[in-house]
Amino acid sequence: MSIFKKLTRGNSEESLEKKRQKMDAAVEVENLVVQYVTSSETVEAVNGISFSLAKKHTLGLVGETGAGKTTAMLALMNMVPDPPGVVKSGTVKVNGLDMRQLTPAELQNVRGSEIAMIFQDPMTSLNPVMSVGEQIAESIILHRHLSEKEALEEAKKMLAMVGIDPNRVGEYPHQFSGGMRQRVGIAIALACNPTVLIADEPTSALDVTIQAQILRMMKDLKEKNDTSLIMITHDLGVVAELCDEVAVMYAGRIVEYGTLEEVFNQTKHPYTEGLFNSLPNINSRQQKLQPIPGLMPDPANLPKGCAFADRCAYATDACRSGDVHIQHFSDTHYAACSAYLDPAFHIQRGY
Amino acid sequence: MADIILEVKNLKKYFKSPKGNVHAVDNVNFSIERGKTLGIVGESGCGKSSTGRTILRLIEPTSGQIFFEGKDITKLSSREMTKLRRDMQIIFQDPFSSLDPRMTVSELIAEPLNYHKILEGSGRELEQKKEKYILDLMDTVGLAHRLYNAYPHELDGGRRQRIGIARALALNPKLIVCDEPVSALDVSIQAQILNLLKDLQRERGLTYIFITHNLSVVNHFADEIAVMYLGSVVEKAPVDELFRNPLHPYTKALLSAIPVPEIREKKDEPLIQGEVVSPINLPEECRFRKRCGCSCEACAAGIPQLREVTPGHFVACCNL
Amino acid sequence: MAKKQSSAAAASVKQNRALEVWKQFRRNKGAMVGLVILILLILIAIFADVIWDYEQDIIATNSKARLISPCAEHPFGTDNFGRDMLARIGYGTRYSLIIGFSSVVIGLLVGVPVGAASGYIGGKFDTILMRFVDTFTIIPSLLMTIILVSIMGTSMINLIIALSISAIPVFTRITRASVMVTRNNDYIESARAIGAPTTTILLKHVLPNCFSPILVQATLRVGTAIISAAGLSYIGLGVPLPTPEWGALLSASKSFLTRAQHMCLFPGLAIMITVMVINLVGDGLRDALDPKLKR
Repeated sequence: MSIFKKLTRGNSEESLEKKRQKMDAAVEVENLVVQYVTSSETVEAVNGISFSLAKKHTLGLVGETGAGKTTAMLALMNMVPDPPGVVKSGTVKVNGLDMRQLTPAELQNVRGSEIAMIFQDPMTSLNPVMSVGEQIAESIILHRHLSEKEALEEAKKMLAMVGIDPNRVGEYPHQFSGGMRQRVGIAIALACNPTVLIADEPTSALDVTIQAQILRMMKDLKEKNDTSLIMITHDLGVVAELCDEVAVMYAGRIVEYGTLEEVFNQTKHPYTEGLFNSLPNINSRQQKLQPIPGLMPDPANLPKGCAFADRCAYATDACRSGDVHIQHFSDTHYAACSAYLDPAFHIQRGY
Repeated sequence: MADIILEVKNLKKYFKSPKGNVHAVDNVNFSIERGKTLGIVGESGCGKSSTGRTILRLIEPTSGQIFFEGKDITKLSSREMTKLRRDMQIIFQDPFSSLDPRMTVSELIAEPLNYHKILEGSGRELEQKKEKYILDLMDTVGLAHRLYNAYPHELDGGRRQRIGIARALALNPKLIVCDEPVSALDVSIQAQILNLLKDLQRERGLTYIFITHNLSVVNHFADEIAVMYLGSVVEKAPVDELFRNPLHPYTKALLSAIPVPEIREKKDEPLIQGEVVSPINLPEECRFRKRCGCSCEACAAGIPQLREVTPGHFVACCNL
Repeated sequence: MAKKQSSAAAASVKQNRALEVWKQFRRNKGAMVGLVILILLILIAIFADVIWDYEQDIIATNSKARLISPCAEHPFGTDNFGRDMLARIGYGTRYSLIIGFSSVVIGLLVGVPVGAASGYIGGKFDTILMRFVDTFTIIPSLLMTIILVSIMGTSMINLIIALSISAIPVFTRITRASVMVTRNNDYIESARAIGAPTTTILLKHVLPNCFSPILVQATLRVGTAIISAAGLSYIGLGVPLPTPEWGALLSASKSFLTRAQHMCLFPGLAIMITVMVINLVGDGLRDALDPKLKR
């Protein structure tokens, strides 16, 4: 490594410590707005989301395609592709660092070492011409300043940790099955022991028996390493297995937020209810599913008021105009639904 | 006697590969009653898609017989097979790659009519009939008429899958193979499509072979379920029986691995370990032996055959 | 009632595909500029005999007016025989365009069906056919053209045949490759499942979706053919003198490079502009024909 590189790294590490503020939570997002702006349209991907993730907790970010889950998480790592992506407003703090105020060099330092990501598709997220050992070692060399040899030793330990024979350190991605590759992806993400881990649909490309293995492993590793985890998923079953808190996203907003128990057993938002009803449940056979009618609105052309109103069985005229009312049910549980302005209102589920 | 629409006997499909024969479908037997749904469940690489495609002869079987309405279709010439395609259709998994991107919605739905004489008439009259036929089909599957000239890439996955369904329905088939029709879709859309398929079955008396990896989907949908592992059916039973009383260790593992959207006691039961082995040059032993944990001699001695344990419930495991 | 209206609306919206493509093409400014210039060039080629008299303006020499630099009377100057360069270049458009387009069309007519059949049928048929085509590709195409022209003699027809033969393997290869990719799409299987005959699948589903790489290659090839023809004429193997083919014009300029740069400048420019214009139109056409790029 050149002296120049060492010097710049040293500098950015020092300046990072200066910029770090005191913070109790691992992640704090406030009023985040992200848009994709092109000459012909503005896609409102994330429209003012706020949440905080306590240390060692797991947050499930649930929503369907186009809900803005992935964009929100890219913003968390300050990695929104620009252009066309623009972070319009909001603050994103990870470990007391305001991600939007960091220089590119500082960001490089933070990514991978303090906040890391596991990708959805284990077939494309690994580099096919590098051995898995080299790929794990890459981030260790970068962030932990170890020599190549030491890093490879570390890589072996990481492989053993995710349940792969360390002797396979020199093998290439194509020699591994899908489930094994995802284990490698997890090993890469965990290589520098990040305090915050983002997993973007880590198991949706895998078979159920493999998914169960991976979820179990992630849970164990998370507890062992004191990692805070944000789990992006569309599968409420995965959320139930793994998460402490749940944020349900729809059209770029968090429509319901609460602890796992609150969201699952005291569901408040009509959309969350709709999601539960449209799931075929292995334990309760009903003859017909109750799908949510219609489609998610085009994020380039969001309606006024509540974006869910057109698909919502409870919607009134009040829902289609003006700001959406946020109703708090407990310190941790809220739903963005104007129907709760009527104190007598309740949804069907669990009633 | 039950009205059997399709019967598959000793169906085999081996693909040649440089390393040896890939046993995609290995001695599969089943039959379906008219108007019912058979769910074929298994993980990737278990041969469920190959089975579905072999039944339609989209890939040619290596050996075995397929009786459709009593006729062995493996012996039909390609011309006779084309005629038979009116009665047997398929809905594909990926609504993004199963529609020709250069065709509009109406062209896609009308295409089957070009190869089969469904509508009578000529010239303008035929054109008008065709248009009405397409619009009726669009109503049936819930596509708005304004999408008549849209291209598939302008539509979301759910609508694309509706086009796929309309295409399959255009010829008024009796049997439809549904190859993972909802696994590429969002949950709320999934339920819409599943309900649509169910309604169509009721209205038209369709018979479905429903191929999926998701047990909770077939639970809702099928009358009978066949669980496949490495090219073979390891358990087959009516749906209630299978969920209430799974007997094969693989079926049990599949059932316990499904994440359930409910808060429950965190189970710590042991998970099934290992992964599916490669289906190339398989040894003559129980396919599940390596992951099963059972180490009796019978498992190693040969491939266990399907046996009827209770009426209608077949299992291929030597420990029963 | 509402249903009836909407179905009528659907029918009336049924648009003419060609019109749609044209609308899409018009959005692309570069392609439109290219198209205008290309049409102009084609018109010049067609009406060359009307604009210029071959004997008088193109061939007849005038020793008094040798090597005049560009001026009002001769905007492109004159050559070493005192012939007007503008007239000669203008007339030469005819040869260059014919050579460029016809060699590509012949290459397409042979190469695309062969490549498509080879890629779609596959197996031994493909292996044997491709080895045969490979024997053509291992000889550099310019060398091949030189050999053919020197066997058959120099004439425009022979030049076209030679250029076509060297273009065939290119089209075969590229068609085969994209057919093999397209063949594996689910929609091909979907077409088989509804009972579409193989030829229909090939013509309706496979080839149209292989269109863009073939078109891009074809437009590039028109340019290459014009340049190759110019090159062959330059070394005396192309169109025989005094035919004002652009390459021949360039070739004639080589002895006067120090005294009359305009003699090589203008034919060179003509070749460059033509090739560029054809590429622009080709790109525009490719985008216009792709429904995915429709807004």
